[in-house]
Amino acid sequence: MSALVPLPVLLPLLAAAFSLAVGHFATVQRVLNLLVLSGIVVVAALLLARADGSGPVVLQLGGYAPPFGITLVADRLSALLLLVSISVMLAVLVFAIGQRITDQGRASTSTAFHPMYLVLSAGVSLAYLTGDLFNLFVAFEVMLSASYVLIARRTNAERVRPSMTYVIVSLTSSLLFLTMVAVVYTATGTVNLADLAGRIALLPDGARAGLALLMAVVFGIKSAVVPLHFWLPDSYPTAPAPVTAVFAALLTKVAVYALIRTQTLLFGDATSGTFLLVVALLTMLVGALGAIAQNDLNRLLSFLLVSHIGYMVFGLGLFTEIGLSGVILYVVHHIAVQGALFLVGGLVIRHAGTPSLRHMRGLARSYPLVAVLFAIPALNLAGIPPFSGFVAKVVLLRAGAEAATPLAYVVTAAAVATSFLTLFALSKVWVGSFWGEPAPAVPDVDPTDDVTVGTGESSRPMLAATGGLVLAGLVFAALAGPLSGVSERAAHDLLDQGPYRAAVLGEARAAP
Amino acid sequence: MSIDLVTTVLLGVLYATGFYLLMQRSLMQVILGFLVVGHAANLFLQAAGGPPGAPPFVGVVPQEDMADPLPQALALTAIVITFGLTTFLLALAYRAWVLLGHDEVQDDLEDRRVRRAEIAAEREEAG
Repeated sequence: MSALVPLPVLLPLLAAAFSLAVGHFATVQRVLNLLVLSGIVVVAALLLARADGSGPVVLQLGGYAPPFGITLVADRLSALLLLVSISVMLAVLVFAIGQRITDQGRASTSTAFHPMYLVLSAGVSLAYLTGDLFNLFVAFEVMLSASYVLIARRTNAERVRPSMTYVIVSLTSSLLFLTMVAVVYTATGTVNLADLAGRIALLPDGARAGLALLMAVVFGIKSAVVPLHFWLPDSYPTAPAPVTAVFAALLTKVAVYALIRTQTLLFGDATSGTFLLVVALLTMLVGALGAIAQNDLNRLLSFLLVSHIGYMVFGLGLFTEIGLSGVILYVVHHIAVQGALFLVGGLVIRHAGTPSLRHMRGLARSYPLVAVLFAIPALNLAGIPPFSGFVAKVVLLRAGAEAATPLAYVVTAAAVATSFLTLFALSKVWVGSFWGEPAPAVPDVDPTDDVTVGTGESSRPMLAATGGLVLAGLVFAALAGPLSGVSERAAHDLLDQGPYRAAVLGEARAAP
Repeated sequence: MSIDLVTTVLLGVLYATGFYLLMQRSLMQVILGFLVVGHAANLFLQAAGGPPGAPPFVGVVPQEDMADPLPQALALTAIVITFGLTTFLLALAYRAWVLLGHDEVQDDLEDRRVRRAEIAAEREEAG
């Protein structure tokens, strides 16, 4: 069984090399990419079943005894997030292929998309599976390098500046990450996460707090929490729709996962709880208020993305079992719903010709299907029952109320307010752009690029992919019972640390 | 593990210089800043292993004389990554220069829009 663990990383990397070699055969690239991602979904499902049934699946790479080699670990949390993430990547891939086939007559895209998409999935998988701090840095670099190419591909004068912002901010946070690894190694002499868990506990309080803060900043930049969020609404909206969707759905969430993993495993006793709660409060409110001020559909969605990262940090900051269980549910729900919203945004822009909310009107009449596809994830994001957002939010709010500290009450109230602000921002879009008399589509500003906008018909694969992600929100709500069962057990593991450390290090070494 | 004074001072100078350069307007200086901070981080990683020692060959060198090989391996990996990303960054900067004709990092366009809207609203109020 443990032989399955490296497959989600190895398969896409090998396939990426092959895909690059057969760059002139678009069909081969597409089929290969679809096959590999479907394969990983199956592997992730098997890993989840195994990890939930009989504890973490561990592989020591190269057979080195822990903690000296690189360890791959698939426990409940990482297997669950891997399954959801790669499924969403698969749906977005179907959308991207559908868009490419529909726009066959347009200028051809470079052959780099499919290989880079595979490398991105390898990086995401490695980030979830690795049990080693330095390897986590490598996973982020693999993932981000692929994302740099995807965001900077076929840039024009208008898009080159935002992609530059994205690359430089990400690189700066990567260098801070590297610095953090050096500090950790200087202080403890190990980079294995399970081993670190024991050794960090022996450090003086000041050093522990410093390390926790440094990690929070590093992953805070990558997950775009306020006040480190400025790069995100600036750079994401300019990328092509499928790329934005996959970035929004996954990249920030991988950073949130890293934040959860490091804060719970390494600093298990709420060293930075208060700090994280304050950050969560700011992130939720600033993001939601920022969203209301926007006139551009994609920018608005990006601000909402920032705002909802706050919910995840909120649950983490509580450091209780129910809080963490809420975070896990929220991450799962948010990966699907944010991906769905950005794909719908792509469909809207194809139809209306512009992301500017001022220039679109009456979409509900001229394009009713997209109106339905927008309405469901919008209500879901705001947390209206019976969708998955409601389930996740209820658990988080209950966790906040149960914590029963003044700060927790304030943040819980802010979470409710943010929910309303989200609804307000999205109903602003609905009233302005979907109701009323249909406005004529804005003509295509750049006819030489590879995507049709303005009159663009959307083909069945694109609608099916979007619909699939929209439905996922409903399916998660229907599966709320088993899903919250897994997330509660995963949250228990996170706080307990015992099973994870024993699985990686062996029973004898893990004992304190 | 402790790091000696010279290295510590050197690290401080490199980080300070690098972050100062990162905050400049010119894209080229930003890239140089990235390079310098990258060097600082790699040097720090290297220094994390402690004082220099003999090559870590088991059976040839007594164990207490060995240098810690792990940070060196980590630093090597990190050097390769920063090197690769620097070339990518240079290519991107070149493209920005070709497309825009200058290498200044501009203000946020959206910020400018908000400021324009604010000025317009003030004028309207003033009549």
